[in-house]
Amino acid sequence: MSSVRVLVGTKKGAFILTADGKRDKWDVSGPHFAGWEMYHLKGSPADPNRIYASQTSGWFGQVIQRSDDGGKTWNTPGGGPTATPEGMPQGESNKFVYEGEVGKHLWYDGTQHPWEFKRVWHLEPSLTDPDAVYAGVEDAALFKTTDGGHTWKELPALRHTKGHLWQPGAGGMGLHTILLDRSNPKRIFVAISAAGVFRSDDGGETWKPATRGLNITYELPDKTNEVGHCVHRIAMHPSRPNVLFMQKHWDVNRSDDAGESWHEVSGNLPTDFGFPIDVHAHEPNTIYVVPIKSDSEHYPPDGKLRVYRSRTGGDEWEPLAKGLPQSNCYVNVLRDAMAVDSLDACGVYFGTTGGQVYVSADSGDNWKPILRDLPAVLSVEVQTLA
Amino acid sequence: MIRVELPFHLRTLARVDREVTVEVEGPVTVRAVLDAVEERYPMLRGTIRDHVTQKRRPFLRFYACEEDFSNQPPDTLLPETVVSGEEPLSIIGAIAGG
Repeated sequence: MSSVRVLVGTKKGAFILTADGKRDKWDVSGPHFAGWEMYHLKGSPADPNRIYASQTSGWFGQVIQRSDDGGKTWNTPGGGPTATPEGMPQGESNKFVYEGEVGKHLWYDGTQHPWEFKRVWHLEPSLTDPDAVYAGVEDAALFKTTDGGHTWKELPALRHTKGHLWQPGAGGMGLHTILLDRSNPKRIFVAISAAGVFRSDDGGETWKPATRGLNITYELPDKTNEVGHCVHRIAMHPSRPNVLFMQKHWDVNRSDDAGESWHEVSGNLPTDFGFPIDVHAHEPNTIYVVPIKSDSEHYPPDGKLRVYRSRTGGDEWEPLAKGLPQSNCYVNVLRDAMAVDSLDACGVYFGTTGGQVYVSADSGDNWKPILRDLPAVLSVEVQTLA
Repeated sequence: MIRVELPFHLRTLARVDREVTVEVEGPVTVRAVLDAVEERYPMLRGTIRDHVTQKRRPFLRFYACEEDFSNQPPDTLLPETVVSGEEPLSIIGAIAGG
């Protein structure tokens, strides 16, 4: 019987939630890495028992953890105390160093500021190779490992794509979204706050901005408006890789030509601000967002937590509230904290800054909390297991 | 034999107890002791000092015999009681944050 495994990263550790296909009764494992900020955990599509995790701390910096048994045990790749014939292992699993000259980006006061590595925001395992993983980091850059996390190397051409005009948003200048295309292994999309969307068609050797058509509320530092967009999240359905959906700082957008152009599909949303956006596993035109009151408050309108679903690929939205708190709710849902499973009845999951993890086992019609009292949830991913 | 006391989170990361011991050849300095710790426990590389600059992470401090070596040059000699193993070099996580 099919089952699901939900990987939850929080401000104070990671939690792994498992259930059978009914998604009714849950086993909870954790906290793993108690006390550490777990920005993101994600399993390999090629080997579901292989899970990578970004463990980070203001005190101790960045650590990459890896599990080869579905999250039961963890290790720091290349960082173990096992002796080799040559001596101690030269593990560099925690080492993220920008390639070449570090370079500078735009700072808040208009000056140029050197890139400084802070943490890994997002890990995107290869669709086919369990040892290959992309890492999106702050300050924004894309790294890749091809040896299971032992060593990481930057794909530096991305930062050369008008990087001097990228500027951090209030949450930092993080590369938060990495989309891989099953039909075209050389194609990669990334999204960065607050730089925009970039596309590579050659495995990351070269990049170009993919932001044409996005609304511009204020003048951008880039006079051509190619970079400087505060993109919060982009999403794609694997069966239709040229269609992208975007939750931007102030609106929801759609591209039908692989990011060559975008148009707004905010439609009747109560507020077009929010962080996550995701696509139904079996309906490529069904998408989900969580509207948050813009711009300074960052909690649900009227204290009512509602997911909004569009079955038309945008423009027409319906609120989904059954089982979600409809009064006095002032949590946020962060950009990496929503996911879908691929069971026949698509499951939708999200976590909140108030520590709740919700599941809908019927595409969003009805919701239940799996857990209510975790630390603030930073990320939610789900694995559908055979 | 040099004794090194680690903060809680680095103990769990390295899967060791409160103290570890390392051997240091030559002058016993903060730099030499940390080099030996990182060689013995590679998973700690980058967690005490920056990978590239080798600068101490801002919220960690180095103490020996109640003396603060955090801002001393990294090649400053540690006290004889640390060299003899009577006292540890303590790596302390700052009491800060939430």
